[in-house]
Amino acid sequence: MTRADAVARVAAAVGRGTLGVACNGMIGRELYTRADAPTRFYMIGSMGLAASIGLGLALVQPSRAVVVFDGDGNVLMNLGAIASAAAAAAGNFHHVVFDNAAHGSTGGQRTISDRVPLEDVARAAGYRRCARATTEAELDDVLASWFDAAGPSMLLVVVDRGNVPGIGRVELSPAEITARFRAACTSC
Amino acid sequence: MGRRFLDLLERHGYDFFTGVPCSLFEGVTRVLDADPRYGYVSAVREDSAIGLAAGAYLGGRQPVVLMQNSGLGVSVNAIVSLNQIYDIPALIVVSWRGQGGRDAPEHLVMGRIMEPFLRLLEMPFEVFDPASIDAQLASLTATLRRTRRPVALVVPKGILDR
Repeated sequence: MTRADAVARVAAAVGRGTLGVACNGMIGRELYTRADAPTRFYMIGSMGLAASIGLGLALVQPSRAVVVFDGDGNVLMNLGAIASAAAAAAGNFHHVVFDNAAHGSTGGQRTISDRVPLEDVARAAGYRRCARATTEAELDDVLASWFDAAGPSMLLVVVDRGNVPGIGRVELSPAEITARFRAACTSC
Repeated sequence: MGRRFLDLLERHGYDFFTGVPCSLFEGVTRVLDADPRYGYVSAVREDSAIGLAAGAYLGGRQPVVLMQNSGLGVSVNAIVSLNQIYDIPALIVVSWRGQGGRDAPEHLVMGRIMEPFLRLLEMPFEVFDPASIDAQLASLTATLRRTRRPVALVVPKGILDR
């Protein structure tokens, strides 16, 4: 399945009221294009830090679910964040990794996630639930109830390499993203 | 001194604590580690601590990140491509290993370049002065709230060690 479709399916399952943090690169742009909401934070720089941002958010907003839309390149760049999330054992922290074993926004160069299953890393670190979905049917099946149970969880979605057409850049400035997200976060 | 410093930070509105330890502020992390009230998150890397603090800020908190000055190098991309462009502030309490050239070899270069390095990063900072720390924190916090950018409190040896 394409990454953009997988992102849209996860976003639909998550719902607009849930707090979402998207990593830099194509994943954030696809989330913005397909399912923008004030409860979404799009990270454009600081590669590797989406899970840390999501964890900090989950720790201070314990009554709300936090979903990190992450990529294999991002997870590998700060693999220690998996240890932090497992150690914190935040029940509201959910990590979704769109894994194409490639750096999608710099030309599709290979990562190493084809040889290092990231959901196994998360399981070994101590995430409460981990799963891998490789087809649309598998993904829909998992998503039917995935966010109903406690985290830390990692759902790894295997996606195709390459980018679909029609995906724009996030049109909000970084400061606007922060202001909009904080308002959405503190108003509900 | 660790407890008094934390009381002072709380009086200035800080309510989320994360970081990576340094012997120069061991007195602070000892209290943070021992008292669950602070919810201290022991981070694995300094840039990850910056990310955790950013998440806490997005969730409505006013965060503090503690780190050794060696961690400033690790944190550069987080500071310039997250905090400074997203208007996400944090008080960075950073130890001054290598100050005056009297330290282990691995700290000497960063100890020497830290002040110009902070200026290069456009990060306002104060060097901890026990006689005026309350006023220093008032000034740094006012800057942090006005600019929504990170500011630093530099901690020399001998103040928060115990």
